[in-house]
Amino acid sequence: MGNSRQHTDGPSSPLASGRIHSIDTCGTVDGPGVRFVVFTQGCPLRCLYCHNPDCQAIDAGTVVTVDQIMAQIERTKNYIRNGGVTVSGGEPLMQPGFVAAIFDRCHRLGLHTALDTSGYVMPKVAEPVLNHTDLVLLDIKSYDPDLFRQVTAVSIQPTINFARHLAEIAKPTWVRFVLVPGLTDLEENVIGLAEFVSSLNNVERVEILPFHKMGEYKWQQLGLPYVLGDTPPPTPALMAAVSQIFKAKGVDCLVWN
Amino acid sequence: MAVQTLSLSPQNLTDRTPDGPTPGFQSGPWQKAIDVRNFLQSHYRPYLGDGSFLAPPTDRTLTLWEKVKDLMAIEREKGVLDADTAVPSGITSHAPGYIDRHLEQIVGLQTDQPLKRAIMPFGGIRTVEGSLKAYGYDLDPATQDIFSRYRKTHNDGVFDVYTDEIRRCRRSGIITGLPDAYGRGRIIGDYRRVALYGCDRLVADKQAQKKTLELDNFDEATIRLREEISEQIKALNELTELGQAYGFDLSRPATTAQEAIQWLYFGYLAAVKEQNGAAMSLGRVSTFLDIYIDRDLEAGLITEIEAQELIDHFVMKLRMVRFLRTPDYNQLFSGDPTWVTECIGGLGVDGRPLVTKTSFRILHTLSNLGPAPEPNLTVLWSEQLPDGFKRYCAQVSIQTSSIQYENDDLMRPYWGDDYGIACCVSAMRIGKQMQFFGARVNMAKCLLYAINGGVDEHSGVQVAPTYAPIAADILDYDEVWPRMVQMMAWLAKTYANTMNIIHYMHDKYCYERLEMALHDRDVVRTMAYGMAGLSVVADSLAAIKYAQVRVVRDERGLAVDYEIDGDFPTYGNNDDRVDDLAVQVVQTFMAELRKHKTYREAIPTQSILTITSNVVYGKKTGNTPDGRRDGESFAPGANPMHGRDSKGAVASLASVAKLPYGDAQDGISNTFSIVPGALGRTEGDRISNLVALLDGYGRDGGFHLNVNVFDRETLLDAMEHPELYPQLTIRVSGYAVNFIKLSREQQLDVVYRTFHERC
Repeated sequence: MGNSRQHTDGPSSPLASGRIHSIDTCGTVDGPGVRFVVFTQGCPLRCLYCHNPDCQAIDAGTVVTVDQIMAQIERTKNYIRNGGVTVSGGEPLMQPGFVAAIFDRCHRLGLHTALDTSGYVMPKVAEPVLNHTDLVLLDIKSYDPDLFRQVTAVSIQPTINFARHLAEIAKPTWVRFVLVPGLTDLEENVIGLAEFVSSLNNVERVEILPFHKMGEYKWQQLGLPYVLGDTPPPTPALMAAVSQIFKAKGVDCLVWN
Repeated sequence: MAVQTLSLSPQNLTDRTPDGPTPGFQSGPWQKAIDVRNFLQSHYRPYLGDGSFLAPPTDRTLTLWEKVKDLMAIEREKGVLDADTAVPSGITSHAPGYIDRHLEQIVGLQTDQPLKRAIMPFGGIRTVEGSLKAYGYDLDPATQDIFSRYRKTHNDGVFDVYTDEIRRCRRSGIITGLPDAYGRGRIIGDYRRVALYGCDRLVADKQAQKKTLELDNFDEATIRLREEISEQIKALNELTELGQAYGFDLSRPATTAQEAIQWLYFGYLAAVKEQNGAAMSLGRVSTFLDIYIDRDLEAGLITEIEAQELIDHFVMKLRMVRFLRTPDYNQLFSGDPTWVTECIGGLGVDGRPLVTKTSFRILHTLSNLGPAPEPNLTVLWSEQLPDGFKRYCAQVSIQTSSIQYENDDLMRPYWGDDYGIACCVSAMRIGKQMQFFGARVNMAKCLLYAINGGVDEHSGVQVAPTYAPIAADILDYDEVWPRMVQMMAWLAKTYANTMNIIHYMHDKYCYERLEMALHDRDVVRTMAYGMAGLSVVADSLAAIKYAQVRVVRDERGLAVDYEIDGDFPTYGNNDDRVDDLAVQVVQTFMAELRKHKTYREAIPTQSILTITSNVVYGKKTGNTPDGRRDGESFAPGANPMHGRDSKGAVASLASVAKLPYGDAQDGISNTFSIVPGALGRTEGDRISNLVALLDGYGRDGGFHLNVNVFDRETLLDAMEHPELYPQLTIRVSGYAVNFIKLSREQQLDVVYRTFHERC
């Protein structure tokens, strides 16, 4: 992690800077309302279906200061008053100082903050960020440990620990699960995840995201092999069946279409 | 605020005495002078709820609309359904026409047959001849003879006076779309006056006005105005005759909701029988009509279903307005638009929303009759509008893509609370203000002229005066910008002269008698200039300033291409470095326009609006220093160039919102296309998020927004299978069109525009 030191400057330091991939000034699907979304650069996971593989390398992207980001956020404040700011990625928690500084400054402006993370991080590292986070969008890629590793190339345990920590500190959380036919749609896998989520009383809803191949061209541009090329998107029937499993466990469930 | 109803019964509504007050209305200043606003403010009842009260279409409505749709399908195939080749259209020129007399609750057609087009030769006989020929008809020789030999037209007058320089500008396309061969339009008669006062009272008022012009010294302005008022009185009397032909007595005020709609519509119908104006807008009628509907509903005279039926039938008629126009015209303003613009909502200066149940009812026609480009439904948006109405508008936008929004909070301080929109974005106080419409200049070409010393990059003709061209190989911003200002000064001068000629002649040969009869004696006039290609110019200046732009010259020594080395900021990303350049272009050109004397002391304004002419303008413009290729379309209106706004919809909106309304008081058009998924995951989210975007844009000072919500795939499919999408409506710069009526080129332009789809 060559540049990680500069990313972990103190949360309120005005000099803090970080590496971002891009911004979207009109996010409507990463948290409630219209949101300013910062996509950070760098991710430790290597999800097979990643639709932003260009966000994975930690040394790519653009270095920007918190001041620069905040200047852009302030210039869109009229649009996001009822929405807020989301930091997504990449994995935002690879740059906790940077993200904490952004969220701190957002809170001072009265803006709602949402953190989109895979939870692959020690709770202690995330703490300065969570202190200024109103909502966590926690992506749980699978529940079966072997399947999790197959999908992400990393272990599930840090994410499970992180999810439990969020429950302990009662942090409002939306869990997100990408449904990939023939990969993550195994019934035991879905039931296991539903049971786990229903044991967490901080989870306000689960969002089931259908697998799509809109990121495939980026894999080709990066010269990376894309193994899901022949995988179809889930049928509406499959989406409904999976959502039924969550609902049966008493979990509020939103199916993306 | 309840209307004080005087014990209403059907009897005392219809059997009113000729001179007594209209039952159910409070007396007030509106009775002593022609003052619709006073009547409106003292009678309307704001509605703060949602759309759950709305009624579905009746069988009568559905049967009628089927008949109209069948006729429209044949029309689409033939180009025009039918045309009268002999009789010049006027208020009383044709016998009454019907779709199905027994079903229609609101009657009146422009000619004796539905969708049959009439000729209006006062604007120009050659245009009439050409339009007829294009659809396989021949102009009647006697009519042609009259308008060639005995009766001069507007078009003849203009070309008698045009200079060589003006003709060169028209030919090269640096000034285009001028109303010099057809009606100028963009005048809104206060059609509500017909319903509220009846024609006799309006004639009496005009006679009194004429009395006030019996002066000691008759100067040219007085003579002209006295003649105009005489013409207005004749037109009002003809309007009464038009009513009689259909069996109605328009000499008296309307007494019921049905009469109020019918009277008002006859006023509008008379205008579109008399003038083939570029835009024939309706004004702001729905809340006015709500007073009558509300009163009849309360008196038990009609039900909600019947109220909706009246509005549906009224709107059906507005959808059937037709003009005979040339294919050329259609290339500029595609899809056969008439701009029957109706303004809905807004706030009163007292803070009460001007939203009534009829504001909902008129939007509901998009559900009852399906989406349509006309009438051009325009919501005057304010953050303070009732939440139920805001959400209903957003919902209808998402379902139909047929609504445009304009910022009432921005306009109200300028125009009060009884203004309407003419055409797309031109605000004017209703019955008190009009404009001299003047299309637009091609600002991107102006930049190329600045670089090439006034020589046209396509033809090689010296169009502007021979200024020194730029000789350097690398463009230097500090050299280019002063040359640009110099070229803008010349262009503004030539443009102002052109406009003065056109409007002098239009008043003289093609005066809007009926529309002006529904105005006060003394009206405010604006000289409505405009520009196209703003985003191309802003990005070009940014490229010159922030990157290195090398000129490529041809054998004539003309700059014909540009090689860009390095990155530069582009307009549409909320980046002040380039957005300020766009602002500077708008302010500089407006300052130049303001230097020139105008016909009838009109106040100069400008619009940043292209309609669909961005395609034609692009075709006529060579390579530009921003990297745009020769012939490539401009972005429409004030939009960022396609695909260059890469930071998402909000950054794009925020850039456009920086353009100063004070220097573009004729309006700043922005067209926004978003795929449904990018607005949110659930219908409720999508509605809330669209409301948030509109509120944010309004707060930022953004002026106008067309909202389109659909997938690119839908459009591609509609190009392949037009027969499956007869009513697919999309918003383009300032108005709506049937997508399948666009030329293939224009369709592709829409398809390749920025669709905000990142999630």
